[in-house]
Amino acid sequence: MVTGGLTKFAKAHPSMDFRLMVKRAYDYALADVPNLTADRIDGTRIAYFSDHFSRQLKAASMVQDYLGLNPKGSVRIEWGGATGGECFQAAYEAVASGRMDVCLAAGYETMSRVATWKGNEFIALASDTNFDFPLGGFYTGYYALMVVRHIYEYLRLRRFAHIKDEREAQRLAIAEGSRIMSMVSVKNHMNALHNPYAQYPKRLTVDDVLRSEMISYPLTREQICTMSDGAALVVLCDEARAREFTDTPVRVTGVGCGTDTMRLADRPFGKVPLLPHERASDYADLPYPGVHSFRAGRTAGQEAYRMAGITDPNHELDFVELHDAYASSEIQTYEDLGLCRYGEGYSFVERGDPFLKGIDYGFPTPRAGAVPVNPSGGLIACGHPVGATGLMQAVFALWQLQGTVPKHFRDPTLQLPKARRGAIHSHAGTGSSVTVSILERGFR
Amino acid sequence: MKARPPTYSKFRDVQAELEKTGAAIYRSAEGEENLVIRYPYTVNYIHSYAEDSAFFLGLAEGRLRGSRCTKKKCGFVYGTPRGHCMFCGAPTEWIDLPTRGRVHSWTTCHFGGEAFLKETPYNLALVEFEGVGSLLLVRLKEAVEADLFVGMPVEARFDPNPKYSVTDVWFVPAR
Repeated sequence: MVTGGLTKFAKAHPSMDFRLMVKRAYDYALADVPNLTADRIDGTRIAYFSDHFSRQLKAASMVQDYLGLNPKGSVRIEWGGATGGECFQAAYEAVASGRMDVCLAAGYETMSRVATWKGNEFIALASDTNFDFPLGGFYTGYYALMVVRHIYEYLRLRRFAHIKDEREAQRLAIAEGSRIMSMVSVKNHMNALHNPYAQYPKRLTVDDVLRSEMISYPLTREQICTMSDGAALVVLCDEARAREFTDTPVRVTGVGCGTDTMRLADRPFGKVPLLPHERASDYADLPYPGVHSFRAGRTAGQEAYRMAGITDPNHELDFVELHDAYASSEIQTYEDLGLCRYGEGYSFVERGDPFLKGIDYGFPTPRAGAVPVNPSGGLIACGHPVGATGLMQAVFALWQLQGTVPKHFRDPTLQLPKARRGAIHSHAGTGSSVTVSILERGFR
Repeated sequence: MKARPPTYSKFRDVQAELEKTGAAIYRSAEGEENLVIRYPYTVNYIHSYAEDSAFFLGLAEGRLRGSRCTKKKCGFVYGTPRGHCMFCGAPTEWIDLPTRGRVHSWTTCHFGGEAFLKETPYNLALVEFEGVGSLLLVRLKEAVEADLFVGMPVEARFDPNPKYSVTDVWFVPAR
């Protein structure tokens, strides 16, 4: 990976259609590496999620066209919420296979073209339209179902195991889970105060998050990402060309992808696929994945870690940009990715591991900096223009590893001091497909 | 039609104008003019339930159906029917599910997709059945947020005027 660019993510960009958004990001990326000119690009992978939102089928062709890259090869990538992550890996494969020397991976979404609740309906069409969609057509509802069970497994049955009254124990557990989810929301919104590309940078307290509008119990508005307009892209190339274009290339050392059933109701109750640092006895009584965890995320992590030679992700990753469409799914994903064990996600937050050092979040974060998660602000604060999101993570990870965050953000706060290796994680549906890619500094 | 629709610098004013007249100009902070129009889009699908049909016909008759893998060594029982087994690939057969079960997880939706906003708040629940290996997603009625908990016993109700949708069945707290 040699360069990247993105637009600011915004509720609406009425002055730019999807072609112009991608063009702006493209011009920014090329300006950053003057030796890389358009004639050096062999082809593209272009991603957007929904034809409903764009009301323009084959819109990726119009992007290729507008960028002036015809007649080079291109293909459109779509894989729900993981569209951007899949696009990144498709471009990686184009280069790794030798088919291309230089490949552009570009993604965008224009979600402002419909009202918010119509947009929610469009997104919910990415759930089973026979069995799930007609019941409410609402993704926040599905994620609320998952976190209520996650809280039951890990807070009710553990932290509140001593409470005899079942309903009382479950209420206490949900209140505890909500408080901890709110800490994640505070983290991501406050990190984003230093990211000029973010849609919703905000200084919030845990109480602000808890008191924001209830969307689907127990998830409140501030624990949920929003729909956005935006574009993001990166350029991947082989090693020889990378050195020609930049002194600070970033290597892709692992790629992984996993899937699961479309319907939550079909998720099996089996055994945890173990990472090298885990033992079967850690999870002797845990029915897995059920609806509490993302087997697709675990599978993607396993594949990517194996390829990159990572055996203990918590100690071997310097940061993670993960798909926090919900504060709940950020916590679930810590566990899937092995940043902590299953069941430890809530205490991982309370200990402060995923927080940044040097930012006062308004509560103690004793282990801040251990493995910063979503230093950019993630989806919750940056927004989620679906096709762009996974590529936004790639751009932020590139700049983090290059040490160029101060230049691109015009603010040094979010630059991690010794970022050598990071992971990006892109997630679709109710966890029906997930990608994980490992990125490392390709220079000394 | 006027030669130029009205101009606004706030996008929400543009949206309000579209509701009224169908066209507006949005002037950005940089002074660029962007013509914005309303573009309606409706469609009627010809949707076959195909191999899932017996489930929906069953609901109309007041029967809740799941399916069971026909391979003896497997025999997995599905709470949401599937035509073929996801573990061994064999065809499944239709079975009647118990009409009583327990809440595996739940939520109360205070918002929803546009088509469902008028029904809020409504409860969704994943229901588990004794002897059945997978779950069923349903609406849970006659209960409010404060009543609900994991493990709550619930039972099925059927719409006497079926709409041939999964909403023809819902659950209520067991009596």
